[in-house]
Amino acid sequence: MGRRGWFAWFLGACVVLVAAIVLGAMIGPAGAISKANWNVIWNLRLPRVVLGGIVGATLSLAGASYQGVFRNPLVDPYLLGVAAGAGLGATLVFATGLSGSSMALTASANSWPIDPLPLAAFFGGLAAVLVTYLVGASFGGSSATLVLAGVAVAALATALQTLILQRNNEVIRPVYNWMLGNLSSAQWSDVRLITPYVAVCAVVLLLHRRQLDVLRVGDDEAVALGAPVARVRLTVVLAATMATAAAISVTGLIGFVGIMVPHFVRMLSGHSYRSVLPMSMVVGAAFLILADIPSRSLLGGAELPIGVVTAILGAPFFILLLRTKRAGV
Amino acid sequence: MSSLAIDRLCVEYGDTAAVVDFTEIVAPGAWLCLIGPNGAGKSSVLRSLAGLVEYRGSIVVDGTDLAMRSSRRRAGLVAYVPQHPQLPAEMTTAEYILLGRSPYVGYFARETRHDWAVVDSVIARLKLERFARRRLSELSGGEQQRVVIARALAQEAPILLMDEATSALDIGHQQQALDLVDQLRREQGLTVISAMHDLTLAGLYSDRLTLMHQGHAVASGTASEVLRPETLSEFYGVRVTVHHDPDGTVVVIPRRA
Repeated sequence: MGRRGWFAWFLGACVVLVAAIVLGAMIGPAGAISKANWNVIWNLRLPRVVLGGIVGATLSLAGASYQGVFRNPLVDPYLLGVAAGAGLGATLVFATGLSGSSMALTASANSWPIDPLPLAAFFGGLAAVLVTYLVGASFGGSSATLVLAGVAVAALATALQTLILQRNNEVIRPVYNWMLGNLSSAQWSDVRLITPYVAVCAVVLLLHRRQLDVLRVGDDEAVALGAPVARVRLTVVLAATMATAAAISVTGLIGFVGIMVPHFVRMLSGHSYRSVLPMSMVVGAAFLILADIPSRSLLGGAELPIGVVTAILGAPFFILLLRTKRAGV
Repeated sequence: MSSLAIDRLCVEYGDTAAVVDFTEIVAPGAWLCLIGPNGAGKSSVLRSLAGLVEYRGSIVVDGTDLAMRSSRRRAGLVAYVPQHPQLPAEMTTAEYILLGRSPYVGYFARETRHDWAVVDSVIARLKLERFARRRLSELSGGEQQRVVIARALAQEAPILLMDEATSALDIGHQQQALDLVDQLRREQGLTVISAMHDLTLAGLYSDRLTLMHQGHAVASGTASEVLRPETLSEFYGVRVTVHHDPDGTVVVIPRRA
C-alpha cells in the first residue's frame, strides 16, 4: 500500500455504506419505500438502520483498537470482560424485574424515568473492565497479565450470571435473547442515548492511529522510540471499552463483527492502523446494516437474532478469505 | 556529537543484581564495546540507556541526566537496535523506517514532509531503494538487519546502542553492517555503544572494550589490553590463543582441549 493508497478503498467502502443504508430503508416486511409507509420507514426502519450502522462501526473500531493495543489478531472488543460485565448487569435488571424494555417478559409497570437495562449493561461492562485493569495493573500491567485478568473477571461475571439465571428460571429467555444481540427494538431514543459516548470515543481512537502503528514493534521498541506505551494502552482500552459498552447496552451482545471486520479490512487495504481504523468503521457499519436485513425479513414476522446472522454470514466468508490470503496484524 | 557519562549504574531484577556500580565515560564519536559471558549485564546496561528498565545511578548525556528528559527527548538522543527486533510482517520497509521519526512527532500529530525526506535520505544512504515498498517479511535476514539499523538512523540520535545487533548475521553481512556504523561514526560523530559476542570483531571496530562479569565491569581498555588469554580464561572459562596482527588487529582463536 502506498502512503495514501488506501484512500480509494475508503471511498469505495463509503459507497457500499450508502448503498447499505438505502437498501436497509427499502427492505422490510411492510414493503418498499412509498408515501403510505413513510411512517414505518422513519420510525421503525431508519432508527434500526442507523443504530445498526453505529453499533457495527463501534464494534469494528473497538475490535481493531483492541487488536492493535494487544498486538493479537485473535482479540475482540469483549476481551477484557466488557461483554460478561454487561451481561451480568442486564441479567440483574431482568431478574429484579426492573426492566421496562420490550425484551422483558414481566410487563410490570415501569416506574423508572429511563429504561434501566442499557444503564445496567453499560455500567456492568465498564465495571468489569475496570476490575480487570486494576487486577492486571497490580501484577505489572503487561498486556499478558491484562488478558489473563480479563479471562478471570469474565469467568467470574459469567458464573454470577449463571447463578442468577438458575435461581430465576423465568428470565432465561429474555436474557438469552439479549445475549444474542437484537436491533428489533431500535428507536431514535437509543441512537440519541449512545451517540455522544460513541462519537467521543471514536474521535479519541482515531487520533491514536499513528500510536497504534508504533506499538506494532512491541512495547520495548515503542518505548525506545519515545512512545508513551502505558498511556496509549490505557487510553485506547478505555475509549474502546466505553464505546463497546455503550453500543451493546442498547443492542445486546453482537459477536463476530469486532474480530472479523478489522481482518477483512486489512486484507483489502493494508495493515497500517491509519487505514484499518477508519476503514473498520465504515465497513463495520455497512456489514451490520446488511446483516440486519435477513435478520428481520427472512422469517417473515419473526426476528432472527442479528448475532446469529453475523456469524452465519461472516464465518464461511471469513474462512474463505483466510484461505485466499493469510491474515496477520 | 554527544558525550555520555554513566555513573554508578545499578540494575536489579527482583533480588538479582544484573548491573553493579557500572561507571563509564564515552567521548563523542567514540565506540565502546561491552563484552562478557551471557548474563554478564551487557544488555541491562544498554536497556537502561534506552529507558527500558529501572535503574539507580545516573546517565548523563550532554550535561543533562537522561532521567530528567521526556521519553520523546530521550529517544531523540539515544537510538536502540535490539538483539531480536520485532518486525511486523506486513509493514513495508519505508513505513518501518518512518517509525524512527516517532520522537519528533507530537502525540496526536502526523509525520511531516521533513520526516519523509529523512526516511528517503536514509533509504538512499543505505541503498535500500529496492526494498522500500516491500514487506518486511519478504526481506532476508541481512536485509532486515539493515532496515532495523536504517530505522535507528532515521531517529537521528547522536548515540547509537546495538545489542548483539549483528550476531545473527553471516560474516559478510556482519562486516557490511559494522562498516556502515563505523562510517557514520567517522562522518557524523555518532557515539556507539554495542554489546558483542565476537571478540575479534569487537576489538576490530571499537576503540575501547569493557569486559563485564556478573554485573561488574572487570576490565576496560584497548583490544590488546583486554583480550588476554588469562583474562578471557578467567571470566569466560575458555582456552584461547590471542594473536596480534602486524596492523594491530587482535585475533582471538579458540583452542581444542
